[in-house]
Amino acid sequence: MKINDVILQTVTKIVVFIILTFGVELFLSGHNNPGGGFIGGLVLSSAFVLLYLVHDIETVHKGIPFDFKKIAALGAFLAVGTGIGSVLFGKHFLTQAAGHFNLPVFGDTELSTVIVFEAGVALTVVGVVVTIISTISEDV
Amino acid sequence: MNNILVMPMIIPLLTGIILVFLRHYIKTQRVLGILSSIATVVVSVLILHQIQQEGILRLDFGGWLPPYGILFVADSFSMLLVVTTSIVTGILLIYAFSSIGKQYEHMFFYPFVFFLVAGVNGSFLTGDLFNLFVCFEVMLLSSYVLITMGGRKIQLIESIKYVTINVLSSWFFLMGIAYLYGTVGTLNMAHLSVRIAEVGQGPLLTVISLIFLIVFSLKAGLLLYFWLPGSYSAPPTVIAALFGALLTKVGIYAMFRVFTLIFYHEPVITHTAIGVMAILTMIGGSVGALAYNDIRKIVSYNVVIAVGFILAGLAISTEVAFQGAIYYLIHDMIVKALLFLLVGTMIYLTGKAKIEEMSGLIRNYPTLGWLFFITMLSLAGIPPLSGFIGKVFIGQGAIESGSFILLIAAFLSGIFVLYSLLRIFMNCFWGETIINEDDDVPLKKGMLVPCILFAIMTIAIGIGVEGLAPYVTDAARTLMNPEIYIDAVLQGNR
Repeated sequence: MKINDVILQTVTKIVVFIILTFGVELFLSGHNNPGGGFIGGLVLSSAFVLLYLVHDIETVHKGIPFDFKKIAALGAFLAVGTGIGSVLFGKHFLTQAAGHFNLPVFGDTELSTVIVFEAGVALTVVGVVVTIISTISEDV
Repeated sequence: MNNILVMPMIIPLLTGIILVFLRHYIKTQRVLGILSSIATVVVSVLILHQIQQEGILRLDFGGWLPPYGILFVADSFSMLLVVTTSIVTGILLIYAFSSIGKQYEHMFFYPFVFFLVAGVNGSFLTGDLFNLFVCFEVMLLSSYVLITMGGRKIQLIESIKYVTINVLSSWFFLMGIAYLYGTVGTLNMAHLSVRIAEVGQGPLLTVISLIFLIVFSLKAGLLLYFWLPGSYSAPPTVIAALFGALLTKVGIYAMFRVFTLIFYHEPVITHTAIGVMAILTMIGGSVGALAYNDIRKIVSYNVVIAVGFILAGLAISTEVAFQGAIYYLIHDMIVKALLFLLVGTMIYLTGKAKIEEMSGLIRNYPTLGWLFFITMLSLAGIPPLSGFIGKVFIGQGAIESGSFILLIAAFLSGIFVLYSLLRIFMNCFWGETIINEDDDVPLKKGMLVPCILFAIMTIAIGIGVEGLAPYVTDAARTLMNPEIYIDAVLQGNR
């Protein structure tokens, strides 16, 4: 049975970008405000899940040709890697560093190694959620 | 600062992550797996040695001092278990190479074994109650994957029970942690111990301690073992061996840690409850081990009996009994792995699982038969093997503290263990052989070698117990005197 879902598809095209932007915003605000890798990752993955719902799995896979299991593993690797990184510098495991940098355009910006850890968390969440959803949908 | 402390958890974790990327390169997975196991063993032994020289070690994550930060604490007790875990996993991996099959190896079998080990080692090392919960979950999530992997009907049936009961007990665990945090305002184990000693373990705290007792009983299979025999006999041999050797032991470890370090003020209530539960566990386990004809069920009930026996040591709660419990814990991890492997190999060779359907195996596979014989003696506690010393110390502790009912139950359970295994030995290995020369399945070297390695370990621990003694004595001393642990963690800044 072919369902005519032109409206849904058209709305999704716009909404997905709003969700993705919101996800990145949540992710970046995480250091000092509510947000962070986990929540950002969940919002990001909800965008992918919406795509899966509106289009079929094959179409989405053509557009995003990643193995999400490997994305989850990559995320976990980044997160553990920041811990190991601090060991290499002779500090306590999982020690994070931060500093102020004068960047062009942005001006005085605070950069921290936590962002790498959080990116790892976000990738893991995206990878795991999308894997779970797509596995369930393949089962039916 | 001892960054080496985190390595027994990080090496398996990283290995697991890297192996996910190498999904289709099975040879590389195997080589990396073995190398990482060896590295973990070496690192753990190094830490164990360092503890003997410098006392209890701790590592504050990110440099945040306790009680505010999360930390890993390594004392002799936890490190002995980490060393044993690492060795047992390494040997089980060798067995997996020849038995698990391509399908499993492509389905991320090795990564999840390493995630499981990371969770187990993390649980042994952590010094924070919430972190313990997290490590438990890492371990349990991997075990959910491992128990359902393959997707046979029996596995799915058992895994529903297994997952449900563990999710429920994790929920209780979280609730207990929340109550405890609400009552004393900290989750660092050493800090908890100090605060509870200050305010006194009143009725409220004792009730909270009983919640933890229920949680860890579910995980360890103390009295609440109804889920255990079914789910341990469903998955493939090597996974069953991994579960039988490691998972219940983490529950036992947590029980020892919590009831020697944090809730040790009301032994009349908590330790008596543990003692009664231990006796009932031994009785129930013995009944189960004798009642079934399925050899996988029999060995699963043997796991239950051992849990009761080890926790009898906690119920007695003297230094000698702790020593016995630690010896027996180490012994049990090795010998249960061996027992599960032997039974799995028997099923692989004959294609049958009921004792009355097998006969005369010792004619076709003499080495296997003798290995089973050694295992049986070791579990029964016959002197030159590793089970002996633990039983002696627990017995001595029971007599010194006058817990004669525990003593009788513990030693009778030993006889039932012996009888249940003798039943397997006599029915399956003696008598007329049922396998004729032509369709005799060859016993792979890769299956025999790990069994022999475990057998060598049980003999070596039995004979070389003198070499193990300083570590075990130190571990028991730390369990008996929580101040040693507290001082090492808080170092005066209470």
